[in-house]
Amino acid sequence: MSEGRILPVIHHVGAVLKARGLPVTRLRAWHALLPLWLILAGATAHAASDPEAPGVLSILLRWSPLLLRGFVFNIIISLLSMLLGTILGLWLGLALVSQHSAIRAPALAATEFFRNAPWLVLLFFVTFMLPFQVEIGHFTIPFPGWIKAVLGLALAIMANVAEIVRGAVQSIHPGQWEASEALGFTRSQQMWRIILPQCIKRMIPPWMNLYAIVTMSTTLASIIGVNEVVTLAGQVQAAEGGRTDLLAPIYGYVLLLFFIYSYPISVWTRRLERKYATR
Amino acid sequence: MNGFASFFQHLAASGIDLPYLYDSFDAARFWHGLLLTIELSVVTIAASTLIGIIGAWMQASRVAVARGIANVYVEMFRNTPPLVQIYFFYFGMSTLLPTVQNAYGQHLPLLGGFAWAALSLSLYAGSFSVEIFRSGIEAIPNATSEAAESLGFTRIKAYQHIILPLAIRICLPALTNNLVNLIKTTTLAYAIAVPELLYVSGQIWSDRGNVPEMMVTLLVIYLVLVGILVAFMRGLERALKKPGLGT
Repeated sequence: MSEGRILPVIHHVGAVLKARGLPVTRLRAWHALLPLWLILAGATAHAASDPEAPGVLSILLRWSPLLLRGFVFNIIISLLSMLLGTILGLWLGLALVSQHSAIRAPALAATEFFRNAPWLVLLFFVTFMLPFQVEIGHFTIPFPGWIKAVLGLALAIMANVAEIVRGAVQSIHPGQWEASEALGFTRSQQMWRIILPQCIKRMIPPWMNLYAIVTMSTTLASIIGVNEVVTLAGQVQAAEGGRTDLLAPIYGYVLLLFFIYSYPISVWTRRLERKYATR
Repeated sequence: MNGFASFFQHLAASGIDLPYLYDSFDAARFWHGLLLTIELSVVTIAASTLIGIIGAWMQASRVAVARGIANVYVEMFRNTPPLVQIYFFYFGMSTLLPTVQNAYGQHLPLLGGFAWAALSLSLYAGSFSVEIFRSGIEAIPNATSEAAESLGFTRIKAYQHIILPLAIRICLPALTNNLVNLIKTTTLAYAIAVPELLYVSGQIWSDRGNVPEMMVTLLVIYLVLVGILVAFMRGLERALKKPGLGT
């Protein structure tokens, strides 16, 4: 191969750049922010053509506290549903690798059912199937929409976590089971003291990926009437007189909020994936 | 009335109300909703796969701008909620587009709800497809592309005839997963009033008050749709299987 000439083959990008003596640049977080800011700026210019109307940026700034509060609510929903879904999913996943088919079969059915059902349908399911309040004796416990959203998301998370647990347990070399059995551990001791601790490393990257998806899915709660950031975005637009030129910047702003929260998580996840893959 | 419909009418009287099986009006809208969901799924599956193939090609491009566009696109659509993307396109973008006049002189938006839903869902699922195809391409050993090079293939021909066919075989399982998610995500079109399956079911249960029956119906139908897709993709995997490639 002659020096410096790139032959018509797909090389790795970095290799091609190096061969041409070009610097290898990596994508940074802010690169993806550019298009969103362009949209915001474009909309600002659009609004500026009508001098009567207040600028888009000043409107966004004015409503930021409300929208940010809504966004924090999204985060709370995502964390609670992830916590609940992980606890349930761990047990369901252990049932999936059980030695008794009487435990395995219903666990498999539940996992497949909740994994293949659309999340929005699950949310509707929980919303309509659960009562608005529960009366125990003289006490009335209200059941607000956001708790139902947490429960609905937790059902979907449970099935996905169960798959992650099953995949990780089955990826452990069978020699680990045999060795621990030879050392006299019981089946449950083998699982909890030998196998699961080794699984944690393999489960963390897919679990974090799942969390990113859950964060995105908290916006579904707006459809069942929870006052989270997407609902509030619609209300802000209505409060500003329903100006249609505000729609793009407001939803762009919401996209930006999610991006800022989610992008670091996805970068971190990829780093962990690479780190654990080389072991 | 035939026996089939009258049976389900009796069933409704006894507490299990499945109006789409005996009422012709509900049957028609339910059927149209189902067809629309299938249509939306097919369109977005095709479009997102195409986006994935093109995007993966761009990510390996020698032109920095093409790489940059592909990377920014992937990161933006992966890290933002699909529901907000749909709202952004349907509400935000459609107001910036010109309107068209229909035969009665009404101003209508250039693209309707279905088109926007198909567009934004394709872009959302496409961003995942790009990553999937990229991982498939990266899994192909360098020796393969070097062999293509020594046989005199140009870059694009090597991608088209050698790299992509091999990469597709490697990434089919991951692609199946993504497409299953895509079918489930088509329910988001509900939010912009596209009369797909979830939307018409919502109409039926608000008319009839038979939420549990419609819910179970919905879950079963999506289970069947996903099952059909998975069976098709497994068949494709078997049909494309080459001895010695993959496991």
